[in-house]
Amino acid sequence: MSANTALAEKYRNNFLKEIEEQVEMGDWVKMCMQCGVCSGSCPTNFQSAWEHPPQELFMMIRAGKREEVLTTTSMWNCTSCYNCIVRCPRKLPITHIMHGIAEYAHRLGKAPKMQPTRFFSGLFWKNCTHTGRVNELKLSMGLYFKDGFGAGIKEGMKMKDVAIGLLKAKRLNPFELLGGHKCKDQKGIQAMLKKAYEIERSRKAAKMAG
Amino acid sequence: MAKHEYAFYPGCSSQKGASASNYLTSVESMCKTLDVKLTEIPDWNCCGASIGYAEAGELPRHVMNARNFALSEKNLPGQEIVATCAACWLGARETRERLTHSDTLMADTREALKEAGLTINEMPEIRHMVEVLIEDLGFDEMKKHVVRPLEGVKIAGYVGCQTNRPFGVAGESFENPVYLDKMVEMVGAESIPEYDMKVTCCGGALAFSEPEKAQAQIKDIVESAYDHGAEMIVTPCPLCQANVEIYQGQINQRYGTKFNIPVMYYSQLMVVAYGGSAKDAALNGQVIKARRLEEIAAKPVKG
Repeated sequence: MSANTALAEKYRNNFLKEIEEQVEMGDWVKMCMQCGVCSGSCPTNFQSAWEHPPQELFMMIRAGKREEVLTTTSMWNCTSCYNCIVRCPRKLPITHIMHGIAEYAHRLGKAPKMQPTRFFSGLFWKNCTHTGRVNELKLSMGLYFKDGFGAGIKEGMKMKDVAIGLLKAKRLNPFELLGGHKCKDQKGIQAMLKKAYEIERSRKAAKMAG
Repeated sequence: MAKHEYAFYPGCSSQKGASASNYLTSVESMCKTLDVKLTEIPDWNCCGASIGYAEAGELPRHVMNARNFALSEKNLPGQEIVATCAACWLGARETRERLTHSDTLMADTREALKEAGLTINEMPEIRHMVEVLIEDLGFDEMKKHVVRPLEGVKIAGYVGCQTNRPFGVAGESFENPVYLDKMVEMVGAESIPEYDMKVTCCGGALAFSEPEKAQAQIKDIVESAYDHGAEMIVTPCPLCQANVEIYQGQINQRYGTKFNIPVMYYSQLMVVAYGGSAKDAALNGQVIKARRLEEIAAKPVKG
């Protein structure tokens, strides 16, 4: 049984409880009073990007719309500007809830595969944890070449002028491709992260069993 | 001994050849004048930034920041951690807050840190460089060192998001923080308090993944600066700086605008006003050259 099926079975008819137990800051969702300040404060909401702005997602969670919530592109439009957090009259940590739902959807394999920010988010985390520090050049290249070699060259060409500007200003180093900045104790970082994932998984499993 | 000493967390973008290397150069010059000693936390790692959320999870994200706390405690005991990058500062502060509020998270973090031979006994204070300047030194002290005021230069103070929300600088409002305008005035330039895009989001990481969305926001930020007669924009955040500066050419193509406005760090303005050279202020690190500042930096110092 896939993780998704197992969790859907366990929390059948109670998606709110599933979000509360499995999603970071998910226990705040029930506090939403549907005022809509978050949606009105979101910079990407004004570009007809959001299928469902935050307050709508919160109501959908309460209404048990599991499939619609986990498969929407909405959470992935978050720019982490924290405007919703500071304006929410009920003090919901909305930015973190959005990231939390996105992470959960990604973990269950429900998130839209080709959503570019979902892709970039995963790429960023892998990039920075690989050596302990971000390799900006590999990060950009990884994004441009996500749809294959031909598309990568095309994307790269679009960014040519931006890259030349940065090269001239010595803010882009082509030799980063050969290695670049890194932490000394990469082994320690990997071991520490492996342990952190183990602990987090076991905590979530315990909640599900309990 | 220096007047003020801190454990320094420069962050990935400040490294040599990286997108905010000019920020670091100017901060180093600025700190020399102000007698602030920054000691880099040995072997510090990435904060994970907000955008790592898809795979970071909760504990792994906090463990990354906690490793820096542990390294700081071990090598620079008793010193507060200072970050220059908004995202580093925010990520570290958030971890500090979460670990302080949850014994379980703290215990789990300690268990994971053990794998790297580290531990945390005391939670460090996490400060942004502008907090150090405003709270530990103060505007009077900062102003004392101005020997070459940036007279007649009109500058839009673009605070952005993550230096302002959700934590921000104490005593400032989220909707209209004024410290950056005060810093502009402090270096002898003209501020634009009515600049209405000062806390608008630049799109953050979406500038990479969904450029059309981010660039729509950047366009508003730059346009408003022009509308208010600004000659340049100043910001405390590395991603704001890069996003607002380097995509102006693409925005011009997309919208038919003719944007070409320099985007500076507060530290660069201060270094020039403190009598530093263009090199000290890393003006050569601008993609859109700040000609006016280069001219001022070439002038002899007053007095």
